[in-house]
Formats: sequence, C-alpha cells, structure tokens
Amino acid sequence: MAAGILDRVSEALAPTAISAAIAHGILVLTLAPEALTPVVGRLQSEFGFDLFLDVTAIDWLPQTPRFEVVWHFYSTEHHVRIRIKARVAESDAVVDSLRPRYGSAGIMERECHEMYGIVFRGNDDLRPMLLYEGFVGHPLRKDYPKDREQPLVPYIK
Amino acid sequence: MSTPTNASLATIPIHAVGEKSSAFEYLTTKKDELLGWARKFSIFPYPFVTACCAMEFMAVSSSPYDTDRFGAALPRFSPRQADLLMVVGTISHKQATVLKTVYDQMCEPKWVMAFGACATSGGFYQNYAAVAGVDRIVPVDIYIPGCPPRPEMVIDGIMQLQDLIARSRHPIVNKDF
Ligand code: SF4
Repeated sequence: MAAGILDRVSEALAPTAISAAIAHGILVLTLAPEALTPVVGRLQSEFGFDLFLDVTAIDWLPQTPRFEVVWHFYSTEHHVRIRIKARVAESDAVVDSLRPRYGSAGIMERECHEMYGIVFRGNDDLRPMLLYEGFVGHPLRKDYPKDREQPLVPYIK
Repeated sequence: MSTPTNASLATIPIHAVGEKSSAFEYLTTKKDELLGWARKFSIFPYPFVTACCAMEFMAVSSSPYDTDRFGAALPRFSPRQADLLMVVGTISHKQATVLKTVYDQMCEPKWVMAFGACATSGGFYQNYAAVAGVDRIVPVDIYIPGCPPRPEMVIDGIMQLQDLIARSRHPIVNKDF
C-alpha cells in the first residue's frame, strides 16, 4: 500500500523533477525551485499529502548553488512521507511560500528565513521568531562566526 | 552625606568620627549578626527556571531534600517578595532582558544564584543564542556547577550562601549602619 502510492507519485511527478528516488521509505524528489508550487499542488490535491511537516535548509558552503531547501510532507491517508529538495543560489535565495496551501507553513518559513536567510515569496510575515528584532545575519549559515554574540542587555563587565 | 560636627546632636553616634566609638562598633556588629541570622533563614527564592535544570530544581525543592530546612522552600513568583534569584537553566539573549527586569524589580537585600553549568558559564552553549553566564548581566553571589547539579550541591550552595549572608554587613539606616 505504502509503496504503491509512492510508486504512483514518482511515476506522475518524475518528469517534472530533476531526480526521484526512495530513501529509507521516503520518496525524495529533487526539483528546480520554479517547479515547487505545481508539484506541491498536485501532491496535495491528487495524492492526499495533507500534512506539512517541515521546511528547513542546508548550507552547502562552498558549493554552488549554496543552499538546499528541504520540505517534508505526510499523507494522513496513506501514512507515507515525501521529501522535496531544491537548490537555490546565495544571490537569489528565493523560493515560493507554501503558506497559501498549508497554513502551518507560515511559522516554519519564518524560522527558516531567520536562520538561513531564505526568502519565501508570498509570505509577508517573515519577522524573526526565535531571534529578535535587530539581530544581524543568519546564525545557521556556515559563515556566521560561531562565537559572535549580539546581546540585548549590556554586559556588566 | 554630611558628618555631624556637633557631637551633642546625636546620642548614638551614627557615624564613627575621629577615633572609633567602641559602643558603636559593638552595636553595629551585633545588629549585623542579628539581621544576618534572620535573613539567612528566610531566603525566599524566585525560581527563574528556563531549561532542563528545572528537573533538578524540582527534586531539590521536594520533600526528600527539603530546602525548607534552610528557610528557602517557599518560591515567590513575584520578584517583589523574593530575596534570592535562582537562575535555573540556559538564558538566551532574547530572555536576558526579562531576567534583567526581574532582577531590577527585586527589593534589597537580594542575592543571585547561578544554578547549573548553563547559568554559570553558558555550559556547552557557546553560540549566537545563549548568554555565556548570567554574571554578564546580573551580579551573581553563588555558583553551582553541574549539568544538572546534584541536590547535594544545591544544598551546599544554599548553605554557603547562608554563610555569606551571615558574614556580610546589613545596613538598614544608611550605608554605614
Ligand atoms: S546545566 Fe545542563 S541540565 Fe542545566 S540547563 Fe544547562 S544543559 Fe540543562
């Protein structure tokens, strides 16, 4: 059953993907960033992937394109997961927001934005969430100095 | 602060001028001893609990270890009523503003305990998010190492704080008395 749905998905979506493979029981689709919205739209409406699990990024410094944005989806109908990856360049670290489709994506996109500086086109609420206003830089990028502190309260010594 | 020039104005010399009055010295010492004794057995803690050390804080405050023996059992969740700020757990830079406000709201006399490695030095968090030791923000009187500290260490810390309180000066009228 589980394998059946993944086979159907990969058959239907492989032509739009750069690669499609099954790793540890999860279907992994690598996409061009432009293909994200149509692919996710089909996943949601045709294949029942109704739960948005996560969006995060990987900083592959010094490779180019530098960032890889990773999404995970789950189907509560078929009980399987799917992973989508897309590479974006540092100069143009922009992908489409999935907030119009999955409400919960908004919060996770905010976190990904503050930690990696990925811009989610269409998400107008990318305020810092775990960090604070005035924080300069993106701390989970590999080139953020690991001992750089930005204190809000002046140190007493 | 003006020094009284006319000795007849004060029957008890508030400020020892010239050669020190032994009666004044005696009184001051006894008053500090009395207040120190009273204060060391009524350390009402304000638990500023943020992370995993909280588990150990709960263990040490519950009956098997019974911090009530030291008068330090009743947590006050209002900084106005607390004497001891227990910083239990990791403090992030975002939270540091809250900690500073809580500290500023506490009435004198007040003491601060850094509970656990994170509050003491940042522990293993040396990164963009964590404050590497709360003594960068508020003055700390007693440090308890450990990740998390054993209850015995906490109790030892409380007892050392009691000694510190008993030994310190307790000015009540002005900075000299
Ligand atoms: S010192 Fe250890 S147990 Fe305590 S808050 Fe830090 S990580 Fe958690």
